[in-house]
Amino acid sequence: MNTCKVASPLVASAELPKSPEGDPVFAEPWQASAFAMTVRLHEKGVFSWPEWAEALSAELYKPGRKADASDYFDCWVAALSRLVTELSIVSGGELEHLTERWQRAAEATPHGHPILIENDPLR
Amino acid sequence: MSKHHHGHDHHDHDHHHDNHFTDMEARVKALETVLTEKGLIDPAAIDAIVETYETKIGPRNGARVVAKAWVDPEFADLLKRDATAAIASLGYTGRQGEHMRAVFNTADTHNLVVCTLCSCYPWSVLGLPPVWYKAPPYRSRAVIDPRGVLAEFGLTLSDETRIRVWDSTAELRYLVVPERPAGTDGLGEEQLADLVTRDAMIGTGLALSVEALR
Repeated sequence: MNTCKVASPLVASAELPKSPEGDPVFAEPWQASAFAMTVRLHEKGVFSWPEWAEALSAELYKPGRKADASDYFDCWVAALSRLVTELSIVSGGELEHLTERWQRAAEATPHGHPILIENDPLR
Repeated sequence: MSKHHHGHDHHDHDHHHDNHFTDMEARVKALETVLTEKGLIDPAAIDAIVETYETKIGPRNGARVVAKAWVDPEFADLLKRDATAAIASLGYTGRQGEHMRAVFNTADTHNLVVCTLCSCYPWSVLGLPPVWYKAPPYRSRAVIDPRGVLAEFGLTLSDETRIRVWDSTAELRYLVVPERPAGTDGLGEEQLADLVTRDAMIGTGLALSVEALR
């Protein structure tokens, strides 16, 4: 139905869930965001396809994966996080800190308002 | 929800549980924040990529709910009275235990849902909202001039059609049940569900005609 496709090689990522038409399928919106960010970083040359493939595999083939593979995008995000920290774009600590800020911001945001990181009461 | 001990108008109570991010949601937002700050990604470009997959996100269970309501009057009746129970009876439960209400379009009434600003939008039922739908100007304009907004999205309703705008609250989210298109008597539930678009379920469109599917 959708003819406007993103012809990114990342669609060929190992084990990526796909529709019968070959498009990636996402169970939740954040998974699509994670995918889109990775596509963008790769397009910009922040990392190469082999670098991405290696980082993703390292996460996918770690022991303790869920049998139903429902944690696929958890692995994807872990791989992306590791790549950006290894490339010194951000430190692991900073990423953790930002994650906690977003969580507090969401909790503090009343219904009907956009969730913004500025809403974090602790800043 | 245990904190609601008296009737209220949905606005002035404890907002503690309105919004919540799972660990993964927060983590992805954190990545987005830092990568944007460093100038490596642009949120508009990310939205554009996500938009190309918009119809591939979430289970869109609502389409099956609507199709069942079209063919099964008993189910339609339950959906009208207790949408949460009706939707759950098909095995679909919202991640946040969403309390749903179904609003039915009729020959003279069209329903339109607003509010997707926060995390309460029931995407597992309706599919992901379009990017424009989340913009604050849309929200206010939809309330003031729903007919004009709908016309912009290519849905021109006759002057006789009454438009009801539903603003979802933290406790209650809406599903629009569009009218069953003409000429669909021979179709089964599966095929009927294909006619029920995300836009039809938020009220910015109608169910597709059979011709549109071909």
